[in-house]
Amino acid sequence: MANDNKQTKQNNNREAGGLTAAERYKIPPQDMPEQAPEQRARNFEEVATGFTEEQARKEALRCLGCKNAPCVKGCPVRIRIKDFIAEIAQGNYKKSLEIIKENSLLPAVCGRVCPQENQCQEQCTVGIKFKDIAKSVSIGRLERFVADLDVDDKDTPKVGAPTDRKVAIIGSGPGGIVAAADTRRAGHDVTIFEAFHKPGGVMVYGIPEFRLPKSIVQKEIDTLTRMGVKIVPNFVVGKTSTIEQLLKEDGFDAVYIGVGAGLPKFMNIEGESFVGVYSANEYLTRANLMRAYKFGAGADTPIARSKKAAVIGGGNVAMDAARMAVRLGAEKVYLIYRRTEKEMPARVEEVHHAKQEGVEFHLLQNPKRIIGDENCRVKAIECLRYKLGEPDASGRQRPVAIAGSEFQIEVDCVIVAVGNIPNPLIQQTSPELKFNEEGCIIVDEKGRTSMEAVYAGGDIVTGAATVIQAMGQGRTAAQSINEYLQQKTKIRS
Amino acid sequence: MAHKIISKSQLSEDVFTADVEAGHIVRAAKAGQFVIISVNNEFGERIPLTIAGVNPQNGTIKIIWQRVGKTTAHLADLKGGDSIAAIVGPLGRPTHIENFGAVVCVGGGIGAAPLLPIAKALKEAGNKITVILGARSKSILILEDEFRKISDEIIITTDDGSYGRKGFVSEALAEVCRRTPKPNQAFVIGPAIMMKVCCEVTKEFAVPTQVSLNTIMVDGTGMCGGCRIEYDGKPKFVCVDGPEFDGHKVNFDLMMKRLAAYKEMEKTSYEQYKKHVCKIYRRRTGDG
Ligand SMILES: Cc1cc2nc3c(=O)[nH]c(=O)nc-3n(C[C@H](O)[C@H](O)[C@H](O)COP(=O)(O)OP(=O)(O)OC[C@H]3O[C@@H](n4cnc5c(N)ncnc54)[C@H](O)[C@@H]3O)c2cc1C
Ligand SMILES: Cc1cc2nc3c(=O)[nH]c(=O)nc-3n(C[C@H](O)[C@H](O)[C@H](O)COP(=O)(O)OP(=O)(O)OC[C@H]3O[C@@H](n4cnc5c(N)ncnc54)[C@H](O)[C@@H]3O)c2cc1C
Ligand code: SF4
Ligand code: SF4
Ligand code: FES
Repeated sequence: MANDNKQTKQNNNREAGGLTAAERYKIPPQDMPEQAPEQRARNFEEVATGFTEEQARKEALRCLGCKNAPCVKGCPVRIRIKDFIAEIAQGNYKKSLEIIKENSLLPAVCGRVCPQENQCQEQCTVGIKFKDIAKSVSIGRLERFVADLDVDDKDTPKVGAPTDRKVAIIGSGPGGIVAAADTRRAGHDVTIFEAFHKPGGVMVYGIPEFRLPKSIVQKEIDTLTRMGVKIVPNFVVGKTSTIEQLLKEDGFDAVYIGVGAGLPKFMNIEGESFVGVYSANEYLTRANLMRAYKFGAGADTPIARSKKAAVIGGGNVAMDAARMAVRLGAEKVYLIYRRTEKEMPARVEEVHHAKQEGVEFHLLQNPKRIIGDENCRVKAIECLRYKLGEPDASGRQRPVAIAGSEFQIEVDCVIVAVGNIPNPLIQQTSPELKFNEEGCIIVDEKGRTSMEAVYAGGDIVTGAATVIQAMGQGRTAAQSINEYLQQKTKIRS
Repeated sequence: MAHKIISKSQLSEDVFTADVEAGHIVRAAKAGQFVIISVNNEFGERIPLTIAGVNPQNGTIKIIWQRVGKTTAHLADLKGGDSIAAIVGPLGRPTHIENFGAVVCVGGGIGAAPLLPIAKALKEAGNKITVILGARSKSILILEDEFRKISDEIIITTDDGSYGRKGFVSEALAEVCRRTPKPNQAFVIGPAIMMKVCCEVTKEFAVPTQVSLNTIMVDGTGMCGGCRIEYDGKPKFVCVDGPEFDGHKVNFDLMMKRLAAYKEMEKTSYEQYKKHVCKIYRRRTGDG
C-alpha cells in the first residue's frame, strides 16, 4: 500500500517534468536578473529585468507539485499555483497564463509587487524544507514571466449580452479595475470615475516606474476600454457628484467604492511645513504621475532636487520615496525608522534594493523636529535615539525614546512616509454609509456596505494594504453586484 | 475628455478670461470653489483656478487667470475652439454666505476674479456691500463694471495713482473700518502679502475677515499635503479645509515662503516655454 502511494506520487512528478522531489530540491533557486545598482540608481527603468525562458523553466522544475499545495492558502486570491507552474515547466505558457487569469486579472502587476514572502512563498514546502523563505519557489517571478510574454495580447475577455443595468466604479486602482472587468463581463454598462487625470490608482501615482512600468498598467486599462468600460477621469466623487446623485440622478443601479486610503499622515512635529518637507504621496505623485523627473526636458511639474534627503518610515512607501530621491540625484539619502530592520513592514526585496542603491539606514531613530533657515527651507533634522521596549497590541516591540539622545543630521529635504489613511471626502458626503473609527467603510463578507446598491473594497475598507488584496475584494464585490443586479432585473421584469 | 474653450478674451495686459466646457462641474459648483486644470495630460502641471462663474445652460464655467508662468502662459496662448486636457472640480469648500449686514470686499489684482462670485452671492443674501479694488495701474484693473453692478459703494486704488485713489487697498480698508458702524465682515482676496497686510488692519479693528488662499497644489483632494498652511499653529490643507480661512489665524509668512519653493525652476520652465513658442511662431511666419 505504502509502496503504491509512493509509485503514484512519482508518476505524478514524472508527468510534471519527470523529476523526483530529491532531484527538484537540488536545482538552485534562480536569481532575478537586475540592472547593476550603480547603473540603475541613475535611471528610471525597471530594476528587475525578468527571468529568461531557460531560468523560468528551471525555476518551475523546483516546484514539487504538493498535493495539499500550502502555497495556495497564502495567496489572497487562491491562484492554482502548482498547475500554472507545471505548465511553465512544460513550456505551455498560454495555458499557464489562462490558469492564473482565472483568479488574478493583473498577473504582470502582482508578479512584481506582491509581498510574496509573506503570502504564497511563505507557505511553500521548498522554502520550509530549507528553513529559508528565500529558497521557496519564486512564484511571483514565474507569474511575471508568463504575464510578460504577451501571449494573450490581443485577447479581449468576452462580454455578456447587454443587461440594461449601469454600474459606477469609483476609483481606478486595482480593486476598481477588477470590479469593472467582472461587472462588464456580466453585460452591465460600466463607468469608472477617477479623480486623477490618469487611471491606475496607486499603481500609477505611487509605485515608481522602476518597480512597476506604467505601460503594464496602461495595457490593463486598454483591455478594459476594449471591453467597453467607460473611463471618466478628473471626476471626484463627493465633489463633482455624490454617490446619492449617481444612483438617483444619473441612473446608476449599483456603485463600487474603491477610492483607496490616499490621505498622508504627518508627524505633527515642529517645522513640518517648511519648504522641502514632503509627504511621500506628494513626492511620488510629482515624480510618477506628473513625471517631474523630466522637469526641464518636457515636463512642467517641478520637484526638489535635493542633495541630502531624509525619508521617515519603514514601509514600501518609504523605500519607494528613498529610491526615488536617489534617482533624482541626491548624494545622500537617509532612511530613518524608529524600530529595527526586523520590524520594517517593507518587502525584503525593496529593503535590499534600497541598500544596494546607497540608501543609508538609520534605525532606532525618529525625528523630533525639523530645523529651517531664515527662508524656512529645511537645513537639518533633529532626531532622538530609540530602544525597543514591551510588545504593543500588534505584538511588535514598542520603540521607546531615549531621553537626552538628541542629535542633528544635515539635510535639505525631508520626505514623510509614516502611513496613509482614508480620505474623508466620501464620508462627509454620504451620510447613509457606515464607517469605522479609522474612517474605513464597513462592509460584510460580500463587499456590501450599509447603503443599498453600494459596495466597497480595497484600501478604503482595510486601510493601507496590498494590490492583490484590493483585487480580491474588487472581485468579491463584483460578484455581489452581479447577483444583486440579476435579482433586480427579475423583480423589475 | 478634453474641454473645449467656447470663447476667450483678454481683460488686461496679463489677464485673460475664458468660458470652457465643463458640463460635469456646473451642477455642483458654488461660489468660492475652484477647479484644477492641466493643459497636457502627459507632461502638464496641475494648477488651481477659481470658478469665476457658471453657465448651466451651455455647460460652461468661466475662468479668469493672470499670466505668471509656464502654464498660465500656455493657457493664454490657446484660442477659442482649442481644448484644455483636464478640468477637475468643483474643489474646496464653498464660501459661507449669510446676511452679515455690512460687508467690505477687498480684491487685489487677479484676486478680483475669485472675489466676484462671492460678492454676488453676498449681495443676493441681502448684505450691504462696499468693494475695494486695487491694481498696480489703471491698465491692469479688471472687472470694475461687474463689481459696480452689484456693490453699494466702490473704492478703487492704484499703486501709481493712474486711476481712483493713489495707494494700497489696505489704506482704503482702514478707512472703511474706522467708520461707525464698522463693517460686520470682511472678505479679502489677492496676493499673499496684500492679504497679510489687510488682515493686520482688520485685526486692529476687530473685523472678522475671510481670506482665500492660493497655495501651490497638486491633486486638490487632500492626498498630497502640498497645499498645507499653518493655521492657528496647526497644519491645514487649503484644498479641502479651505480655500477660505479666518485670515487672522493664517501664518502668511510661512505661506509666502512655501509659494516661493520652486521659484528658480518655474523661471526656467517659463523661459523654455517662451523660447519654444517663439520658434513655432518664427516657423509659422517663415521668419528664420
Ligand atoms: C508608494 C506605494 C507603494 C506600494 N507598494 C506596494 C507593493 O509593493 N505591493 C503591494 O501589494 N502594495 C503596495 N502598495 C499598496 C497598494 O498600492 C494598495 O494597497 C492598492 O493600490 C489599493 O488598491 P485600491 O483598489 O484600494 O485603490 P488605489 O490604488 O488606492 O486607488 C484608488 C483610486 O481612487 C481614486 N480616488 C480617490 N478618491 C476618489 C474620489 N472621491 N472620486 C474618484 N476617484 C477617487 C484615486 O485617485 C486612486 O486612483 C503601495 C502603496 C503605495 C502608496
Ligand atoms: C484655490 C486657488 C485658486 C486660484 N485661483 C486663481 C485664479 O482664479 N486666477 C489666477 O490667475 N490664479 C489663481 N490661482 C493661482 C494660480 O493657480 C497660479 O497662478 C498658477 O498655478 C501659476 O502657474 P504657472 O505655471 O503659470 O506659473 P508658475 O511659474 O508655475 O508659478 C508662478 C507662481 O504661481 C504659484 N504656483 C505655481 N504652481 C502652482 C500650483 N500648482 N498651484 C498653485 N499655485 C502655484 C507659485 O506661487 C509661483 O511662484 C489660484 C490658486 C489657488 C490655490
Ligand atoms: S497573486 Fe501574489 S500572492 Fe497570489 S500567487 Fe501571485 S504572487 Fe503569490
Ligand atoms: S508549496 Fe511550493 S513546491 Fe509546493 S506546490 Fe506550492 S509552490 Fe510548489
Ligand atoms: S493639493 Fe494635495 S492635499 Fe491639497
